[in-house]
Amino acid sequence: MPYPKLDKVDIAYLTGLVGEKYIQVGDSISEDYAHDELGETRAFPEVMLEPDSAETVAEIMGYAYEKGIPVTTRGSGTGLCGGCVPLHGGILLSTARLNRVLEIDSNNLTATVESGVVLMDFQEVTEKMGFLYAPDPGEKSATIGGNVATNAGGMRAIKYGVTRDHVMGMEVVLPTGELVWLGGKVAKNSSGYSLLNLMIGSEGTLGIITKVIVKLLPRPSKVLTLLVPFPSLELAIGAVPEIIRSQLMPQAIEFMERDVILSAEKFLGKTFPHKTAPAYLLLRFDGHSSAELEAQYEAAGDVCLKAGAIDVLIANTIERQEGIWDARGAFLEALKAESAMDEVDIVVPRDQIAGFIEYTKELEAEFGVRIRSFGHAGDGNMHVYILQDDLEKNVWKEKMDTIMDLLYVRGSELGGQVSGEHGIGISKKEYLTRDLGDTLITLQQQIKQVFDPKNILNPGKLF
Amino acid sequence: MHFIVCIKQVPEGTEVEIDEEKGILKREGVDSKLNVYDAYALEAAVALKETYGGTVTVLSMGPLQAQDVIKEAYTLGADDGYLLSDRKFAGADTLATSYALSEAIRRLPPADVIFCGMQTTDGDTAQVGPGIAELLELPHASYVSKISGMEDGCIFVEADMGDGIEELRIGLPCLLTVTKDLNQPRLPSYKLKKATQNRKVNVWDSKALEGADPSHFGLDGSPTQVERIFPPPKAHSKELWQGSPDALSQKFYAKLKELKYL
Repeated sequence: MPYPKLDKVDIAYLTGLVGEKYIQVGDSISEDYAHDELGETRAFPEVMLEPDSAETVAEIMGYAYEKGIPVTTRGSGTGLCGGCVPLHGGILLSTARLNRVLEIDSNNLTATVESGVVLMDFQEVTEKMGFLYAPDPGEKSATIGGNVATNAGGMRAIKYGVTRDHVMGMEVVLPTGELVWLGGKVAKNSSGYSLLNLMIGSEGTLGIITKVIVKLLPRPSKVLTLLVPFPSLELAIGAVPEIIRSQLMPQAIEFMERDVILSAEKFLGKTFPHKTAPAYLLLRFDGHSSAELEAQYEAAGDVCLKAGAIDVLIANTIERQEGIWDARGAFLEALKAESAMDEVDIVVPRDQIAGFIEYTKELEAEFGVRIRSFGHAGDGNMHVYILQDDLEKNVWKEKMDTIMDLLYVRGSELGGQVSGEHGIGISKKEYLTRDLGDTLITLQQQIKQVFDPKNILNPGKLF
Repeated sequence: MHFIVCIKQVPEGTEVEIDEEKGILKREGVDSKLNVYDAYALEAAVALKETYGGTVTVLSMGPLQAQDVIKEAYTLGADDGYLLSDRKFAGADTLATSYALSEAIRRLPPADVIFCGMQTTDGDTAQVGPGIAELLELPHASYVSKISGMEDGCIFVEADMGDGIEELRIGLPCLLTVTKDLNQPRLPSYKLKKATQNRKVNVWDSKALEGADPSHFGLDGSPTQVERIFPPPKAHSKELWQGSPDALSQKFYAKLKELKYL
């Protein structure tokens, strides 16, 4: 469906809504707004707006609805699948100025924030007040709104769940420009369809999230990390079900291989405390006393040693833990610094990870392309990166397309899903369509039609 | 080879809190840990042991709970540990601390190299290491940032003098205080923790140092009188960075990224 181009009257009206300082038009729009972090798809909006209130967002949306102008919402632009790229031009609506933490409610254990609040700022505020906002996606400069829109997961998912499990309510601007609240500060809710949950993970296609109410937990006062070297990746991954079966509750179980650690060392200019083993598990425990933590990590240590670990290394101070997690946090950037790449964010049942990783190794050998993976061994969500290195772009693309096809087919066979936490955006559309099949895709399209009959909100995404 | 490493238990956390009224450091309710710089000293000793053979002994002074850092040193590769613990040692300034530790070292098997962290994170004086060396009349180097090796009864090191690097050949036995540039300390090993759980910590009271001059112990032996401890006034932060263009540009990039300008 062709969309009308914005004219001078539109620009003048929108300028009146946000003020001259907060609008960029045409060629003056920074290139940054044409892509997300991975940058595979590029498209410029006709206008970029930075409203500072939900009411202004509603007015913008109402105007766009009347005129049939496409609107794409953008948080920090740290997505990896093109979700925030304005494929059909129109309005790019940045939530950068919706960045206020409005309330920390210690009676209800909730926080109310605007959707453009950056995760690391929010975590700092809550931690200072003795609370934990449990979702912990690796990209700390992402916004809470972006996290909700993609149902971001992160490191602590194994113990605390994902973003969805911590969102209690939200204020949303619908494609028609109406401003509504979904859910609220309630611990239970059986009141009709959960539009709240429909909105979570909808990647800005059903509404514009302007405020979010999230759950807070008492912050565990102690955190401890184990770095567990293994003689092979198979043994490392094989230990994960044993740890889970032992009913220990680590916050995080990550796996990583030696060469990714070496890349991170090079990228950060820092030395990792252990790097002679081919593969590692990284376990993090939290608790409210040192004794509680010690009991947990010793039990986990015994499980790992029994499962073939070379040793179990204990990072029991802030400095020791920072050294490890800084490196873990830099893996993606470190690989990006080495080569162009694209990624797969498949999630499989936890006990299928080993087989899936093994399969990536087979593909690596078969296609002669470097494939690196690391990720959340504890929850079955893997980030597999296919690197270009010295290959010519079209050769790499061709191989990558085939590899991705094969990976998604295998993921599906293992009972997995296309995306664990990064979302679908543009780049995973065809895989989602194939994976869900006609019936389910049609249902999703019909839902979209109900919310957004003119198909102006983030068009061209998901399916 | 016998390596002795002096270690100290310090409060956990990156900032030391001060009780202004009482003029002391707040230690209660705060977890403790091995002084960060001592981890580099211990790593250096264990790495030399792995290359040249021998044993590593750790030595500390403090209350009985400081046995924990000696136990932790066992999980980092130390073979033996001694804790000086006695009320008579309490209240020691850097001179009295150096004296007690040096007297303990005299009573241990002779050391080839004695290692200390360049300073502690709670005292920040950087005086105890050189103090021990002076009392034992040993050659010593501070701020050692590289150890090249040992040969013919000498150790070859580089010391970071702030405005330059000094290359030194030092005859054994000697004492070295080390910086964080020296190495990347290993993490405590759970396997070693299990293997050493019954290994005892040798606790020495003042009687164990018989022959030493007790008037040099603890508060009595401390010429330094602390009049007042107070937190410095908080100023708006200003950072001065020094370093090579490469390192500075990296740092600048990281800072911009941290502040989300990039």
